[in-house]
Amino acid sequence: MSPISRGFRRRHAEPDGAADRVPPGQYVTDGFPVLSAGPTPHTPLAEWSFSVRQGGGTLKSWSWQEFQDLPTETVTVDIHCVTRWSKLGTEWRGVSVDTLLGAVGHDAGYIMAFSDGGYTTNLPLADVMGGKAWVAFGYGGAPLEPEHGGPARLLVPHLYFWKSAKWVRGLELMDEDQPGFWETYGYHMYGDPWKEQRYQGD
Amino acid sequence: MDELDGNRAAGLLREIFGREMTTVAATCASCGAVAPFGETDLYPGGPGTVIRCRTCTSALVVITQIRGMSCVDLMGVRALDE
Amino acid sequence: MEGTAVPGRLTWQVATVTAARSETPSVRTIELDVPSWPGHRAGQHLDVRLTAEDGYSAERSYSIASAAGEGVAITVERLDDGEVSPYLTDELRAGDQLELRGPVGGYFVWEPADGGPLLLAAGGSGIVPLRAILRQRERSGSDAPVRLLYSARTRSEVIYRDELETHHDGVAVVYTLTRERPADWAGYTRRVDRALLAETAWPAGKNPLAFVCGPTSFVETVAGGLVALGYDPGRIKTERFGGTGGR
Repeated sequence: MSPISRGFRRRHAEPDGAADRVPPGQYVTDGFPVLSAGPTPHTPLAEWSFSVRQGGGTLKSWSWQEFQDLPTETVTVDIHCVTRWSKLGTEWRGVSVDTLLGAVGHDAGYIMAFSDGGYTTNLPLADVMGGKAWVAFGYGGAPLEPEHGGPARLLVPHLYFWKSAKWVRGLELMDEDQPGFWETYGYHMYGDPWKEQRYQGD
Repeated sequence: MDELDGNRAAGLLREIFGREMTTVAATCASCGAVAPFGETDLYPGGPGTVIRCRTCTSALVVITQIRGMSCVDLMGVRALDE
Repeated sequence: MEGTAVPGRLTWQVATVTAARSETPSVRTIELDVPSWPGHRAGQHLDVRLTAEDGYSAERSYSIASAAGEGVAITVERLDDGEVSPYLTDELRAGDQLELRGPVGGYFVWEPADGGPLLLAAGGSGIVPLRAILRQRERSGSDAPVRLLYSARTRSEVIYRDELETHHDGVAVVYTLTRERPADWAGYTRRVDRALLAETAWPAGKNPLAFVCGPTSFVETVAGGLVALGYDPGRIKTERFGGTGGR
């Protein structure tokens, strides 16, 4: 049993009566911690593309310029990291995944988001449709910085933030759920913060 | 973020392997580079820790600690030598 | 296994703070009483774990500031957006307890038998393990010559200043300040670059052993510069603290 460190507490911000916005086991932070599984990629925009893939082939692909020409939205959401910090009221700008998947015909049940550097994370298709997910390239009114996933990252705020893959380059459509990077090492396949689904078996 | 040195994971590696590991040389399964763990790149990324080859950035070791148990993936290492 | 396996406990143990001393306005040295401490080597670090009343815990690594044979001490710099460092520099006091694990780290270590000449390069709080090396050298009576290059933002942020300015045979200290140009300053006033290294580091022909510690950008600049000067990369040990370190 670890001794209590007198006077030590988690650095946190008062949520201003927003306790119902903070999932169990989480603490509100005013910072934006940078946590990564690998080095920050620096893909030049001229080489960047976003693809929807299935079965080894590409169904549709957008260059950066084509991506910028898609309809975009600005959303303000709360985000929750499995390491227990939550950040409320974050503002993002991006393209809804509905727009992206609406451009291709498919009947897959799951997706694997894939990123520069090899990171992957899996999600049910239903959880990235219906206005629940975006490919975001703006944060806080400015272009998304590389350390936070720029030029573009997946944003799926209703699930733990490891599902919001940084440096995302596309979605692979799958018939069955497969574990992505952290899921392979014991993290929950779904990751609902309101049910504290941090690890497999939760 | 800036990566740290594998040396900063000395405590974690010792807890898992039961001995000092930062001077142990790992051969990268991806590019063949050989370096002691102290000279690798450490990414203490939220859900877990990733140790990467400084030459090619492939993951050498991935460590997660869940419910008091450590999951260690060494598939990125071809060999370990003193 | 000789020399790499460190004897002693692998698990967390409880230590008691015996003293806390301010080094600069944002840096404090904490002396610890650690039961069953197996001893440590200069350059090693220890991991600290704090636990809040609600069970939240945080772990951080800190370089040991003392030499082998001295009591265990760490020197902590307060990071403005830090969670653990402000607690250690502002709140912790003698009699408090904390959990620690160590000593750990066999890679960034100097022992007298390793010899010299030594090139020590510190960026900000990177001076901590290098100061342990200097103390180790002094305690052991080693005559390995040392050149220490210490980069700090301002003169008031130089840690261990009195100690470093005390003359020790065979130790030459060069300072560079990156955010201040005092009128009476004899050292450099710019970020370390290759020209500065060329003027201050041992010539490569002396086959020096280099220890470089500090923020990542500092370490990469210095290590790259030393290699460009002809240093054997295998004789350059680096310890990166991550982030910009407020440079």
